[in-house]
Amino acid sequence: MQLNTEIDGDLLIVTVGEDRVDAAVALDFKERMRDLTQDAPARVVLDLGHVRFLDSSGLGAVIGAMKQLGSRRRLELAGLNPAVQKVFRLTRMDSIFVIHDDIASARETRGNPPLDTTRSAHAC
Amino acid sequence: MRADRTIRGRTGRAETSPPAHQKSVELRLVFPCDKMNVRAALQNTMAGLGAMHLSDDDRSTIELVLAEVLNNVSKHAYRDEPQGLIELHLSQNTSGLRCRVVDRGDPMPGMHLPPGPLPESHCATKDQPEGGFGWYLIHHLSRELNYMRDGNRNMLTFRIETAQVLRKN
Repeated sequence: MQLNTEIDGDLLIVTVGEDRVDAAVALDFKERMRDLTQDAPARVVLDLGHVRFLDSSGLGAVIGAMKQLGSRRRLELAGLNPAVQKVFRLTRMDSIFVIHDDIASARETRGNPPLDTTRSAHAC
Repeated sequence: MRADRTIRGRTGRAETSPPAHQKSVELRLVFPCDKMNVRAALQNTMAGLGAMHLSDDDRSTIELVLAEVLNNVSKHAYRDEPQGLIELHLSQNTSGLRCRVVDRGDPMPGMHLPPGPLPESHCATKDQPEGGFGWYLIHHLSRELNYMRDGNRNMLTFRIETAQVLRKN
């Protein structure tokens, strides 16, 4: 599982370098994310721009990666392809993540983004 | 006329010779149930469905439903043991794709099709569900979903509707 990291100010950007986040790599993904985000700043952005396919195991691993960050840090998503976006939309998990169109717009958002700059629709 | 496209083998290597006047696509794959073979089978299946000229949206729906069904067989019917075989049969009909998945693993709990409620999302991060989405997606994206235990075999049949319809001549 290829995950590349980059620190940009108060952001940790993790780029998934593979085209599938599925049952075959879900556990590996979650464990790698735990290692990579151990000393992460308050915002972690997961760049899914290369990912063409994500199944429910992959979705569970992304949610797990978010939970691993605890309540003081936040996992945001960027660059969802239509097939990946569909899984988040159908399961309504698009409402619990801040989702950026691409990594550039994630970089432009500094501090706590107001909700109207994202597609997030928090129900709480 | 029916085109017969058969794919078999460890990673589902294609043995195809579609006739000249191909109108419908039919695929059959038999493969071991471990996760890497499931992944390879899915990729071969999607390549084999190329002749259906599906939209990207339909392709991603088909790949997602098949992935959920096959991973469920791998994880639950065969309990993550790599020996079991999965048989996948797909045939194009006028409204989409008819699918049949057969395995010789454990039966479904209570011999019934699991229900597919959407796991509830919570306000608190720590309470978010990480699983239980698979059957929701299968129920939500398929039609005529049916499970049957036949001797020592599980048989799951369903249909996936596609926007691209097969023209009848």
